Amino acid sequence: MRRADAFLALLLALAALGAAAAAHARAQARRLLPEQEARAELVRRLDLTDLCLFTEARYTRHPSQADRFAAFQDHPVALEHFPSGSLVPPRR
Amino acid sequence: MRTWLARQRSLLDFALGSLWRRKGKNLALTAVYALTVAAVASVLFFTGALRAEAARVLAGSPEVVVQRMVAGRHDLLPAGHLQALRGIRGVGEIRGRLWGYFHDPTPQANYTIQVPDRFWGEEGQAVVGQGVARARRLAPGSPLDLVAHDGSTLRLRVRELLASGSELVSADLVLISEADFRRLFGVPPGVYTDAVLTVRNPREVSTVAAKVAAALPDTRPITREELARTYESIFDWRAGLSVIVLGAAVLAFVVVAWDKASGLSAEERREIGVLKAVGWETSDVLALKAWEGAAVSLTAFGAGVLAAYAHVFLLGAPIFRPALQGWSVLYPQFRLVPEVGPYQLATLFFLSVAPYTAATVVPSWRAATVDPDAVMRS
Amino acid sequence: MSFLSLREVRKVYHQGRPDELAAVRGVSLELEEGQVIVLRGPSGSGKTSLLTLVGCMARPTSGRIFLDGREVTSLPERFLTEVRRRTFGFVFQQFHLLPGIPVLENVMLPAYPLGLPRPTLERRARELLELLRVDHRARARADWLSGGEAQRVAIARALINDPRVIVADEPTAHLDSKLALELLELVADLRRRGKTVLMASHDAVVHDAAVVDRRISLRDGRVETGAP
Repeated sequence: MRRADAFLALLLALAALGAAAAAHARAQARRLLPEQEARAELVRRLDLTDLCLFTEARYTRHPSQADRFAAFQDHPVALEHFPSGSLVPPRR
Repeated sequence: MRTWLARQRSLLDFALGSLWRRKGKNLALTAVYALTVAAVASVLFFTGALRAEAARVLAGSPEVVVQRMVAGRHDLLPAGHLQALRGIRGVGEIRGRLWGYFHDPTPQANYTIQVPDRFWGEEGQAVVGQGVARARRLAPGSPLDLVAHDGSTLRLRVRELLASGSELVSADLVLISEADFRRLFGVPPGVYTDAVLTVRNPREVSTVAAKVAAALPDTRPITREELARTYESIFDWRAGLSVIVLGAAVLAFVVVAWDKASGLSAEERREIGVLKAVGWETSDVLALKAWEGAAVSLTAFGAGVLAAYAHVFLLGAPIFRPALQGWSVLYPQFRLVPEVGPYQLATLFFLSVAPYTAATVVPSWRAATVDPDAVMRS
Repeated sequence: MSFLSLREVRKVYHQGRPDELAAVRGVSLELEEGQVIVLRGPSGSGKTSLLTLVGCMARPTSGRIFLDGREVTSLPERFLTEVRRRTFGFVFQQFHLLPGIPVLENVMLPAYPLGLPRPTLERRARELLELLRVDHRARARADWLSGGEAQRVAIARALINDPRVIVADEPTAHLDSKLALELLELVADLRRRGKTVLMASHDAVVHDAAVVDRRISLRDGRVETGAP
């Protein structure tokens, strides 16, 4: 087999895997739909406002409800001691 | 057209042969490059999926949250404020919310204690999220003792667990009745944590928010749009963690590119000279180099993107978990709905394939414009 | 009738700089097709420079070069390359085969930009290797060849685009006398096939070979004798 053809075959294989991933994404979206709807229902029922990703502090658990600049209490660019602080920029 | 194709195929063939001569170096380069692409793509996919999830969550969130501020901090909202809100034109429903944070010293975890608008349990019962259940090893029927504000013990019994599919929003929730809440935190009757209100005409949300701020100067209205903005900036891929990862990736790329740019070896230069001498045009040499760069970067791009997809959506992003989890004891277990848009793929493509190929072609440019007779005179 | 003619051709390297070097100082020549022509002269006499000018590898600083009565001196690069590819095949003194690449591929290299179908290209390359009796080395890497083999592969590469003229710079410099004689036989063979062979050499074996039709002596960038 020519090298160029082998390489094109590799690219095609990668593309096929990509297509498989896309198919998986669609199937997964369908499969997770009930969960998603249950989450949406819970959010409506409990008036939730935030994702439960970081529970270590108030301003990381509910970034949208925190005091203004809570994550940057001393100074807007003060270094944060929670790792999740690096994900939460000062609010605009 | 056929000649053009045959020509490109021959050039690609030769480019691959050239790369294969230094297969150790080039395979290692491709692998490292694929890893870099995988890291950046993982961040993009992960934050993209979370962002989409946040958008879905926020679609059901209250339109306006009204917080009372005292001395710059969030404070309890008296029931009188609810009355005042009722008088504002355009406001639909108004509900005072009761919620707060509770630090449980045993597992060293923070819970969010909340009173649902219509609690379906009884006094003395609790509905807990899966994260809380894991931390305290709870099942329906288990006792749950919490230390109240005055040092006494509030005895609760777990009524049920919230569905595990909802962990992304509910892992740390403990839902209890209003009476238990007031007893636990010592919140007197007639005050609430904050208030949520619906707006009759969705286009008037900001007007209503402005009216709220005017009517109750000690409050801060937070509109749903502001919630959305907060999450947009949290998961903005240019922010936070991704900046660090991207920064490292870009730095690594710059090192590689610099090495390539400055390191067109005497041997490579001589080879370009030979190609020119045997009848190649400058454009043929550049096409060859473009194929060399494209071969490496296309492979790295494809492999990297696929690896990132597998990492985030099949394995649940195990590499990011420690970073996201941080000091949290409760961390939700969740499966992200795959969200990969053309915008993300295009970003990755132009971040990987384009600059690498350019970094291969550009340094060859000067070498490729040498006179063909240079070889004869050497 | 001559198919290649040079009119008062001069070549100056590094013009206007302290290391300026006038390698060719006004050469006029008429070359005929189908001949074996040897340029001879001491080193530094301008042999190699003249070869590059005749072979359209470099442009003269002044003067004009005609190929089939058409001036090629002022052609833009693309056309000049095109003309060069069709008309000339080069054998370099150092061979300049690409190391690490199979012999067959080395032979095919000059034909890649033409976009010929691969099977055609491979067949032609194999035929040439056979003709030069190195076909058993087709799969070997070019840097594993002996001097004589490398020479033959270099000639095969020069012939891949079926050029009218073979230009060879000091073709015997790296060969012992037995291999040098073999090379001359090859040259005779090429001549029989109607090719023109233009060699630069200061090897007496080449000068005195019976196959040579014309000898041109150069000294200090000028033609000494043998010019028309």
